[in-house]
Amino acid sequence: MTVSPDMQRNMLRQMQTIRRFEEHASEGFLAGDIYGVVHCYIGEEAVAVGVCATLTREDKIISTHRGHGHCIAKGADLKRMMAELYGRETGYCKGKGGSMHIADFEIGMLGANGIVAGGISIITGAGLAAQMDGNGAVAVCFFGDGASNAGPFHESINIAASWKLPVIYVCENNLWAVNVPAENSLAVTDVAARAAGYGIPGKIVDGNDALAVYEAASEAVAHARNGGGPTLIECKTYRHRAHTERADQPDARPKAEIEAWMAKDPIDQLAAHLKGQQGQLTEDEWAAMDADVMSEVEAAIAFAKASPFPSTDSVSQDVFAD
Amino acid sequence: MPTQILMPALSPTMEDGKLAKWMVKEGDMLTSGMVIAEIETDKATMEVEAVDEGKLSQILIAEGTENVKVNTPIAVILDEGESASDIAPVTAPPPSAATNGASAPAANTQPAPPSAPAPTAAPTPVVSAPVAPMAIVAPELDVPAGTTFATITMREALRDAMAEEMRRDGDVFLMGEEVAQYQGAYKVSQGLLEEFGDKRVIDTPITEQGFAGIGVGAAMSGLKPIVEFMTWNFAMQAIDQIINSAAKTLYMSGGQMGCPIVFRGPNGAAARVAAQHSQCYSAWYAHVPGLKVVSPSNAADAKGLLKSAIRDPNPVLVLENEMLYGTQADVPEMDDWLVPIGKAKIVKPGNDVTIVSFARGMTYANEAAAQLAQQGIDAEVIDLRSLRPIDWDTIIASVRKTNRIVTVEEAWPVCSVGSEICAQVAIHAFDHLDAPPAKVSGADVPMPYAANLETLALPSVEQVVHAAKSVCYAL
Repeated sequence: MTVSPDMQRNMLRQMQTIRRFEEHASEGFLAGDIYGVVHCYIGEEAVAVGVCATLTREDKIISTHRGHGHCIAKGADLKRMMAELYGRETGYCKGKGGSMHIADFEIGMLGANGIVAGGISIITGAGLAAQMDGNGAVAVCFFGDGASNAGPFHESINIAASWKLPVIYVCENNLWAVNVPAENSLAVTDVAARAAGYGIPGKIVDGNDALAVYEAASEAVAHARNGGGPTLIECKTYRHRAHTERADQPDARPKAEIEAWMAKDPIDQLAAHLKGQQGQLTEDEWAAMDADVMSEVEAAIAFAKASPFPSTDSVSQDVFAD
Repeated sequence: MPTQILMPALSPTMEDGKLAKWMVKEGDMLTSGMVIAEIETDKATMEVEAVDEGKLSQILIAEGTENVKVNTPIAVILDEGESASDIAPVTAPPPSAATNGASAPAANTQPAPPSAPAPTAAPTPVVSAPVAPMAIVAPELDVPAGTTFATITMREALRDAMAEEMRRDGDVFLMGEEVAQYQGAYKVSQGLLEEFGDKRVIDTPITEQGFAGIGVGAAMSGLKPIVEFMTWNFAMQAIDQIINSAAKTLYMSGGQMGCPIVFRGPNGAAARVAAQHSQCYSAWYAHVPGLKVVSPSNAADAKGLLKSAIRDPNPVLVLENEMLYGTQADVPEMDDWLVPIGKAKIVKPGNDVTIVSFARGMTYANEAAAQLAQQGIDAEVIDLRSLRPIDWDTIIASVRKTNRIVTVEEAWPVCSVGSEICAQVAIHAFDHLDAPPAKVSGADVPMPYAANLETLALPSVEQVVHAAKSVCYAL
């Protein structure tokens, strides 16, 4: 499968946008501008970008507590995202959701979700709706290795497989469920092996290789659009940072393991690939792209900081629809 | 002593009906609640459930027989240790046109019609209670003059509500365990698969979390799912989706997207199914902002509330009751019979004490009010119908009139709906109270199995009467 240089550059830019957005989210958290919890996706950008590059606006995705990357990859607006992190009225959720509940229903992003495995059955319902509509849309579920041990994973994939729903289950196996190694909790080495239990295709992909993710997702999306039912894709990846951004939080992971994965950085890999492809990306172009991304993120920060906090009236609004 | 099963009355006006089908045969052991027969009238078909337990020793009326008069013995059951020789000879009046015009025989208490052979003198058999308890309510005040009424069961009313809304809106669909091919574990979805097909009436695996979440996702994608739980007891598997997803999405997303979904099924105590199948979740869900909760006591409200729930843009929970599925009421025959969510109903006006209840609690409340009336106490009875939002205006206005309140519910007493009503009354009508609020509830124990213990764990008419007399200082 060939991916055009333009598309690769777009993917690279999106990955860099996620990276820069989250670097600031971390800074803002440590500076006390952003509250609660922020779970950074840095290091896993190739998964969200590689998968979402195969989707249309009509396709739906659902995310996790580590959701910024999925939002950006699906086309969410950085200003409204950043304003939400800052708890401002102009945020996606009018300041009521925060990092773990950013959603943009207009672009088919059904939301981050603060409950591990909480989104798996919801997005399966989006798959049911797509099948009932017969509109050819697909639904994509992002979740982690930890969620694959939880009940909703089994209940939902079993139903999707039985009913041949157009759903792609994308496991981001970053090898750690908070501070517990995945191998301590998973009864199998590979989450993808669980696909056999549902009679659906299971694929293992290098989750730090955006083009490999794109290829696997393309096949799964085509399979789903053609009525073939769900696929389980396991992307082996790693988060560069601790589970959440907390200055005083110890990271249980071995330093050598972290460094080994940092050396396989997904952005570096795609940039190197483009640079090596007969000059599809020069150093200057790459620097300009990054500067452009930085200015976009800085504009988002300025927008957030300039936005008002939610009006006190709004505390009781949007509990019920009229 | 052998027990006769009598032809039940499906409505106050029913005089006879067709014994369409026997679901059991002679020699079968009957348990309480078991479906034993189907009966048809020109208005409805209904399942007859056994009340008494024992061995079905004799079927007196063959299936397919038409014009069987109400209260005609249709079968005989034996208790343990009894034998067929204990059966008194029973002669059923001939169910034929020949008896037309004659008064219906009320099992050995009235003279037989002239055309029927006289019953042989024998020890009077114990007569079982009417099979289908009645819950007849007055119609809504805003029913247009001239509206006709159909006497149907709550089971049929719920089915009709779903069918009408599914005809009206192609986005409405039903999913749940056994709702399609089996027509519902309690036969609420009868005929829906045939009319709407398997794309809109969907059997799910036994996976409450899974299919509740799937319903939520379908709602977020523009559809209007009705998710049936076989009982609300099993919905504890799905409570994360009901609360964390359905109830909170609108608020969490800053008003971008709500979740127009109905979760429904039987709630509260059934008969003799013990702790894990007999719990009332009224307080659990009424506690949650973002959810609407209704709990009808009769067929008319059940239909009107469910139709309103399906049209509501919010998640609405319908807490039904298995023991009420077979009860009948007169339901207005009109295109848009909608009972507003959040509006209580004064079932019986009165001046001396306010009795507030909902769902099956209304059977105790209504009967207690009738007994109190005979003792000179004029109770006002309020059927909440909706548990969120609760119609505080109606409750508070009533208490300001009667100056006394008794709440009645089958749920546990701690932090219950009744607790909240007592609290709100104390807050908003303290100076109007002539006595402390009183609360009648289920006992503070998991539901026991043994019949005598189960009775103790549920509220009773006697408790309601006692509480009402207590707040009236009339003990």
